[in-house]
Amino acid sequence: MSDPAENTGSHDGVDRRGFLKCMAWAGAGLVWASKGGVLRSIAFGADMSAPADADFTFAQVSDSHIGFNKGVYSDVAGTFQLAVSRINSLSKPPSLVLHTGDLTHLSKPAEFDTVDQIMKSIRTERSFYVPGEHDYFVDNGSRYLERFGKGTKGLGWQSFDYRGVHFVGLVNVANLSNGKTGLGELGDEQLEWMEKDVSSLASSTPVVVFAHVPLWTVYEKWGWGTIDAARALGNLKRFGSVTVLNGHIHQILQKIEGNVTFHTARSTAFPQPEPGTAESPGPIKNLAAEKLKSVLGLTRVDYREHGGTLAVTDSTLADGLPATRESGQ
Amino acid sequence: VGIVMHLSKEHAMKFNILFFVAIASMAAAVWAGTPATAPSDVKVAIENFSYEPKTVTISAGTSVTWVNSDDVPHTATGAGDQPAFDSGALDTDEKFTFTFSRPGTYAYYCKVHPHMTGVVIVK
Repeated sequence: MSDPAENTGSHDGVDRRGFLKCMAWAGAGLVWASKGGVLRSIAFGADMSAPADADFTFAQVSDSHIGFNKGVYSDVAGTFQLAVSRINSLSKPPSLVLHTGDLTHLSKPAEFDTVDQIMKSIRTERSFYVPGEHDYFVDNGSRYLERFGKGTKGLGWQSFDYRGVHFVGLVNVANLSNGKTGLGELGDEQLEWMEKDVSSLASSTPVVVFAHVPLWTVYEKWGWGTIDAARALGNLKRFGSVTVLNGHIHQILQKIEGNVTFHTARSTAFPQPEPGTAESPGPIKNLAAEKLKSVLGLTRVDYREHGGTLAVTDSTLADGLPATRESGQ
Repeated sequence: VGIVMHLSKEHAMKFNILFFVAIASMAAAVWAGTPATAPSDVKVAIENFSYEPKTVTISAGTSVTWVNSDDVPHTATGAGDQPAFDSGALDTDEKFTFTFSRPGTYAYYCKVHPHMTGVVIVK
């Protein structure tokens, strides 16, 4: 990692990059706090209250896969509702909720209905969505767009501003279905729209990009990446703070590259194996029922100024016992 | 014929491939009045996010049946803008059969996981 001093943006003892590294994300959902355009985390679990100095918070849920029903993962609506109840127990409700795709398993109308009902039970101002491939491949996204695509452009992409933060929701699953690449793809039309969308923003504007498939290549063999992500990120080079939130891989991964912080969130339905550790990226098999909540657990990340280390603290819904590991250096 | 009907109803059943091929061949012979050397149906298993076998070579008129044994949905979809065949969503244990009447090389993939690819070569 390069010298953090090059990106110092505040005078409170923690540089901007440090704040970016402070971001935490939770297994069954994420809550983010924005302070002066810098995103920070709020951990689910131990302290469910938002920081007193936060401008606003937002939550991320992902990969609810409503309709999936196999083995220990037979109550995906229940685990999704559990994530929602966690959000609703926050003392300060999140202003926004982002769902980063694979709302459903097979795009069936009843599955979308269930997602809609559960999402409507969240205490928040508004929810935003991007589709996953499971919301798209059956009918080229028509049911998804009809229900969740209102106000979006093209294949479901969108942008909006919320209290100084610019959000861009991208769709990188529509082109999966054409079979021309094994990876996610944004496509020329969307990339050209995005370039225009951010062109008038000041470089100091914090940008949050959310999309289903990771916008970096996590594991090409399993299709865990987006073939033209570099073009999208090229549109964001001049911005001081870019946060990319993805789903799709049902596990937490983080990468920091320059001013861009990448995160993938856990699923609320089932976990997938770490890249290359299984024959296929299918749901982890033979998980004991009593361990289910432990794979839909919660994670907190704390930045330690001294030594510049990143402490990732995982706590589970099952036992709440934290397990800490060091990373990021 | 009755046996074949019975099998197709119980599509979730995992039956022995040899048994299936034997019955299908017999049925084809009975229906078409052709000798037992007529093309047999070929099965492609979808397992662990791959088509097995990945490449099958058949003679024209042969049917290929894909059976999804994974916990997640897959498709078998012909490549190109106008695919020759498309299974649609195949959930666990669902199957799809397509009869290839014309010679050619048919590349196909899974619309959900396009890194999954296979080929049917029809002689």
